[in-house]
Amino acid sequence: METVLSIIKILFFPGLLFLLVAAMLAEYIDRKACAHMQNRIGPPWYQPLADVLKLLGKKTIIPKNAGKALFRALPSVSFAAVATAFLSIPVWGSHAVVEFEGDIVVILYLLTIPTVCLFLAGWDSHDVYASMGSFRTLTQMFAYEVPLFMVLLTPALIAGTWSVSGILLYYSENPLYTLINIPAFIIALIISQGKLERPPFDAPEAETEIVGGALVEYSGRYLAIFRMAADSELIVVVSLLAALFLPFITGIAWIDFILYIVKILALILILAVLKASMARIRMDQMLHFCWWVLTPIAAVEIIVILIVNGGIAL
Amino acid sequence: MSEGLTIPIGPQHPSLKEPVSFLITLDGEVVKKAVIELGYNHRGLEKACESRTYIQDLYIIERVCGICSHAHSYAYCRCVEELAGLQTPRRAEYIRGIVGELERLHSHLLWLGVAGHEIGFDTLFMYTWRDRERVLDLLAEIGGNRVNYGINTIGGVRRDLDENICQHILDVMDGLEEQIKYYAELANTEATLIARLAGIGILTRDDVIKYGAVGPVARAAGIMDDVRIVEPYGVFTEIKVNGVTDDHADVYGRTVVRIKEMLESIRLIRLMVKEMPDGPISVRAPRRIPTGEIIIRVEAPRGEDVHYLRSNGTDKPDRVRVRAPSEANWHGMKHMLEGFHFADVPIIIAAIDPCYSCTDRAIMLRSDKGDTVTDWESLRRTGIERYKKMGIDPSKIRMRTSGV
Repeated sequence: METVLSIIKILFFPGLLFLLVAAMLAEYIDRKACAHMQNRIGPPWYQPLADVLKLLGKKTIIPKNAGKALFRALPSVSFAAVATAFLSIPVWGSHAVVEFEGDIVVILYLLTIPTVCLFLAGWDSHDVYASMGSFRTLTQMFAYEVPLFMVLLTPALIAGTWSVSGILLYYSENPLYTLINIPAFIIALIISQGKLERPPFDAPEAETEIVGGALVEYSGRYLAIFRMAADSELIVVVSLLAALFLPFITGIAWIDFILYIVKILALILILAVLKASMARIRMDQMLHFCWWVLTPIAAVEIIVILIVNGGIAL
Repeated sequence: MSEGLTIPIGPQHPSLKEPVSFLITLDGEVVKKAVIELGYNHRGLEKACESRTYIQDLYIIERVCGICSHAHSYAYCRCVEELAGLQTPRRAEYIRGIVGELERLHSHLLWLGVAGHEIGFDTLFMYTWRDRERVLDLLAEIGGNRVNYGINTIGGVRRDLDENICQHILDVMDGLEEQIKYYAELANTEATLIARLAGIGILTRDDVIKYGAVGPVARAAGIMDDVRIVEPYGVFTEIKVNGVTDDHADVYGRTVVRIKEMLESIRLIRLMVKEMPDGPISVRAPRRIPTGEIIIRVEAPRGEDVHYLRSNGTDKPDRVRVRAPSEANWHGMKHMLEGFHFADVPIIIAAIDPCYSCTDRAIMLRSDKGDTVTDWESLRRTGIERYKKMGIDPSKIRMRTSGV
């Protein structure tokens, strides 16, 4: 019985199926909000699903000199990594499906897999635009990885646990400590735009420069899976941010679920505002911004936390 | 990254609105070498003008450019009017001035949107094109068409502006001024926008003179080359234009110049609508134009537009030469691209507001090494032979004979 319940949790709720539905709705909300900010009407609610279904029915073209197996495997690996990461984030109530001490590190590592997959996809396509895009993807990863890890580990340092569910529980008991994390939260919001390759950090897929970047040669169902992976990544990242930086729960599972939905909606809207209100940052500016602005702030934040933490411990 | 990776931009590329080819050789992310190939869009319009009458040519000249259609037809009409010794009515000149400034507004708004899109700032793109739509609606109301207004004719204009249209123009200007002031503020304050535009595509004052750049490119480097000021014509002999220059000499400077020019255009339109005299809107033009040749300059939105016309006493011109502003700005392009980032290439190209189809001309280079020159007849014969091999016989198609 336990096993059946776990399988249902992993496959349906709050696992794979919920993730897919949430990802599509998130894409819709993101696009619609952006459209309204840009004085457009925007797509109807079923557009993300329609896009995926259309792509699934399309012919798949694989470049002649691409590694066939790798080319086919990358989208699935990318999606699988994102879906696995989602299992360790609490959605229903305060406990995730899979939780253990140190799962936050596992989530962060699983979240780098889509980026690496994107790099390999572009590299494997043997196309100038795709290689250019994959180089930028990798460069961008080196830029955001350090500040992102630093700010996401900040809440863990205070809570003294490296489990997302544990952090959530700790802060729900001591809600005032979340205030210390506000600078880290702001940096995390900005940097997650880079992680998700959304404007203003969308240089790796800049359409007007490198024609869409690493996924130029992808088509049909492989492109559909890649897009699903990207949408799901958005959900996973905002869920993680919600769990770490907005840890307000009541203890009643269904109210917590509604709270969770409200939190991720708010975060998606904030990300949509960031997306709509800025020009695309150049690669060198991105590197400079991450290493000279965000990383020092994150480092200072961590030092402050360590001192405060010492104070609490005493 | 491998040394000397060459990336093609064009002939088909999302950042290009018309076909043109740039071969960009990169060193890392920095452009080491840029090779520009024009010539995908040659339409033979100068040749076509020689075999049609002056009135028919008006139709072709209006379609040289999809954006600055008024500037081209204005320059052409002035050429013919000067040769025929016609004195256009003052009211006609005012109407030409109003339409010309409206055209500048819609062209600059279009450019601002395209520039926003090139640097990934789609919100700016959507906003400016929404505002541009209001100018296009005005132009459609005046001329019956959104981009080819057909307002100019030899000897004056074809449509008059009545009270209602004048009032509507003033109303739209009030709304637009507010928006354009907002864009000016945006260009001053939005950090990512400035970061992407400042310091790239530099063409200094000396370079502008060396490469002969015109329009906002020259004005952004501090050179006042606005024909409306340096050589006033038509309505601008009565209404003074406040020129806009900037000393950034880069893409940011060009943006600032264009935004300020829009504000100036709004001022001019208000003034012209207010001071427009009564009277006829055109004079009768002769069919045959006396022998002579003339060069006329008109300030198009993209810069100085030069038209040359040679007549031979018949009802068809002997030679028409159109030098669109983009043609002058191409020469500095290589210089502007090299040494900057690959990510800046689309916006640097866009910053001269290029118009490829207006620019493409066949140029014959003469050398002493005995190059073969193909004349019109033998070119036609070669074409016929080529198609005969494919089983098509085009030899029955009648060739339009020149007027001479």
